[in-house]
Amino acid sequence: MIKTQNVTFSYSATQKFHFPDIDCPNGQTLLVTGNSGTGKTTLLHLLGGLLQPTAGNITINNQDILQLNAAKLDAFRGQSIGMILQKSFFIEALSVLDNVVLASWIAKKSKAKEKALSILDNLGLKDHVHKLPSQLSIGQQQRVNIARALINNPSVILADEPTSSLDDENALIVARLLSDLAKEYQSSLIIVTHDQRLKSLFNHQITLS
Amino acid sequence: MISKIAWKNTWFKPLNTFLSIILLTASVSIISILILLQKQFEEKFSSSMDNIDLVLGAKGSPLQLILSSVYQIDAPPGNISYTEAEAWMNKPMVESAVPLAYGDNYLGYKIVGTTDNYTKHFGLKIQQGTLFAKDFEVVVGSNIAANIGLKIGDTFFGTHGDVEEGEVHDHHAYKVVGILAASGKVADQLILTNIESVWHMHDHGHEHEGNSEEAHNHSADEAHVHAEGEEHHHEEINPHEGKEITAVLLKLRNNMAKMTWPRIIPQNTEMQAASPALEVNRLFALFGVGISALTYLAYGIMFISGISIFVALYNTLKERRYEFALLRITGATKFQLLWLVLLESIFLCTIGFILGIVFGRIGLYFLSVSSQEEFKMAFDPFEFLWKEEGMLFLATLTVGIVAAIIPAIKAYSLNISKTLANA
Repeated sequence: MIKTQNVTFSYSATQKFHFPDIDCPNGQTLLVTGNSGTGKTTLLHLLGGLLQPTAGNITINNQDILQLNAAKLDAFRGQSIGMILQKSFFIEALSVLDNVVLASWIAKKSKAKEKALSILDNLGLKDHVHKLPSQLSIGQQQRVNIARALINNPSVILADEPTSSLDDENALIVARLLSDLAKEYQSSLIIVTHDQRLKSLFNHQITLS
Repeated sequence: MISKIAWKNTWFKPLNTFLSIILLTASVSIISILILLQKQFEEKFSSSMDNIDLVLGAKGSPLQLILSSVYQIDAPPGNISYTEAEAWMNKPMVESAVPLAYGDNYLGYKIVGTTDNYTKHFGLKIQQGTLFAKDFEVVVGSNIAANIGLKIGDTFFGTHGDVEEGEVHDHHAYKVVGILAASGKVADQLILTNIESVWHMHDHGHEHEGNSEEAHNHSADEAHVHAEGEEHHHEEINPHEGKEITAVLLKLRNNMAKMTWPRIIPQNTEMQAASPALEVNRLFALFGVGISALTYLAYGIMFISGISIFVALYNTLKERRYEFALLRITGATKFQLLWLVLLESIFLCTIGFILGIVFGRIGLYFLSVSSQEEFKMAFDPFEFLWKEEGMLFLATLTVGIVAAIIPAIKAYSLNISKTLANA
């Protein structure tokens, strides 16, 4: 569950963003669209606690994340927020499985290997768990990212352009997969995108301008 | 888990890793060889010098005299008359005197004519058998017994001079009657016998080869000494008259004598008295210059390996910043990133150090084999100097940490939002 109120942010005196309020309950998907430069990624980073807003409130799971100090925010981010990024980033030297397990270790200090295997299996990556991330296709890499975002049962999944590098077919598959998984794991899913192909899939939408 | 990432990262870019490790290994192995060499060298020199205050020998280079008589390394500067030496050996200030007569070798190992004072003086123990009592009986050092397999009861012929390829004295065989216990001193590499054996071996030789030029001169000398001797001692006949020895190791009771004899003896006799402590210090000072030059060189290489680690880490920062951002968005703290970068450098340094110590030992082993052949001096490659090598490990780690500190701070202070937005 994630809620925001009157969130504003400015990189400089001339460039100010005022974001619409967001209220996304567990299991629901919210699509945030908008052209380049309207602050989509900035909003996502604010929600993920990577940036501090100038004003406003961001509440995740009844926790005002702006009240947390840096170390607590890092820990909170690890446990309650799963992020999926536009490009797939990995620890290149670690296997697919270890990349996913790593997220559980950082957040909870315990290695959820069985769970990682079952999520990767769910996402059709069973045969690839011991490969290096660079050996997978882009679509497969994106699914590993999804697995990593889900490993800690986050309250909120934040996805930044998760489909923009995929072809039409894969884009729809990934978008539906994300939304289904959010329902299954009872997480709030926020997808930030300019990808027009997704607009028809989701009911809850906000357009930034 | 952070250490697992660091470990995997170390091997993920093998070329960078390889370069840094090679440089570290080179510097650590050079330094460790030098540390061991210097320590064992000084130990060997100092242990053999125990209890020797002065060495009497022929005039010439005092260092050569010390090297030849105390360490059995160099050729002796010449011979001295036994009667002349005896006059000084019997003075009341002398606590003990060990005469040495050289002449022959067996397979390159020196055969030294001496008295039982030698074993007493150096505290040598007989491991097997007895000390030499009769002529041509020998006691062999432990290394010789081990290296060429001499046993009690074996006989062998000596070779003239101090190289293996000399003329063989095949008229008298030496007989092994005892084997010395290992002492770590030069005696491990020596064959000891009584002085008379050395004399007889050569007298006999000269009788047979009376017309060789060397022998001729020698007999002339002897005749001369005899003539002189007869003038002075008409009644008593000194059995050592006209005999020559190579050197005498002296331990003195009197500090004054230690100071004055090196001046008095050359003024009044055909001999000199050299102080091993003084000469060895001079030798160490000479070596010291070379060893410190090499040590500086090795630390220079270590410095370069530090730069290589720095460049490797710094260069990959740009491509790795996404990796760092990823760790942060999955909940890693800034401090964990700092630790990750430091740890990678520490791993490199530890690997380099371990390899360096191993290669240093291998290098010293080969050095020891060749110095054993050339100088009959062996080094122990398996000795560990915990203090010195511990310091070396700390120095290596310091280089690694210093090299990684700037990249680590860069990782620590990475702006994740900016990094991801520009991806």
